[in-house]
Amino acid sequence: MELTNLETVPGRTIVRHLGLVQGSTVRSKHLGRDFLAGLKNFVGGELRAYTELLNESRAEAIERMVAQASAAGGNAVLNVRFATSNIAAGAAEVMAYGTAVVLE
Amino acid sequence: MELLVQLAIFALLLLVGLVFGRASEQRHFREIRRREAELRDVLVFNERRPPADRAFRQATLVVGSVVIAEDYFKRIAAGVRGFFGGRVTVYESLMDRGRREAVLRMKEQARRHGATLVFNVRFETSSLAADGGAQSTMFSAEFIAYGTALVPR
Repeated sequence: MELTNLETVPGRTIVRHLGLVQGSTVRSKHLGRDFLAGLKNFVGGELRAYTELLNESRAEAIERMVAQASAAGGNAVLNVRFATSNIAAGAAEVMAYGTAVVLE
Repeated sequence: MELLVQLAIFALLLLVGLVFGRASEQRHFREIRRREAELRDVLVFNERRPPADRAFRQATLVVGSVVIAEDYFKRIAAGVRGFFGGRVTVYESLMDRGRREAVLRMKEQARRHGATLVFNVRFETSSLAADGGAQSTMFSAEFIAYGTALVPR
């Protein structure tokens, strides 16, 4: 499965468009990690636990998007975009979406 | 008496934020400058299409992300600034730092793939502040930079 946020894959031809595919996951950031993050808050700086959490979430969102694309018979997702939104009470949604296509 | 204790705690937190927060930010900026110099040969574009007259062997999605939180001093300083209005420099440096770190992580990932170019770079920033709890109203934000890494043929 090829993933790119370009509109085409350089050097390859798009044979068929399969439409929009998306994957998303909602994770809570209050899970034990929050205590340490709370302490860290007085000093500021990178909250590594959250960086990791959101990276894991993004990987999962991509995985779900890819599953949808391959179920539709695609072998690439083009024009991939990400969106993170902070929904209520410490939970964040991470979403990935793009266009599934068949490359030659 | 109780007020005095609370005031002391407040002053202590402010001092911790000012001293340690600033020190860690300056350390981070030094590190960012060093890595930026190191990764200067990975070129980054927000152009949507790579040049048509060059051939590429591989195109991969690369993502760099980081979550940065404010310190206690920044929070209070921003609160005071919010009262008078104007440039909130304590947050400007935080945003700058987060975005540059995200770009660096994206570039590092691109280099691991052997890429020299990253096209169609997009930024995404989201605030993780609104968590409802009265205790943890500290501001933190996630910065993402992503694009397509290209390995020249």
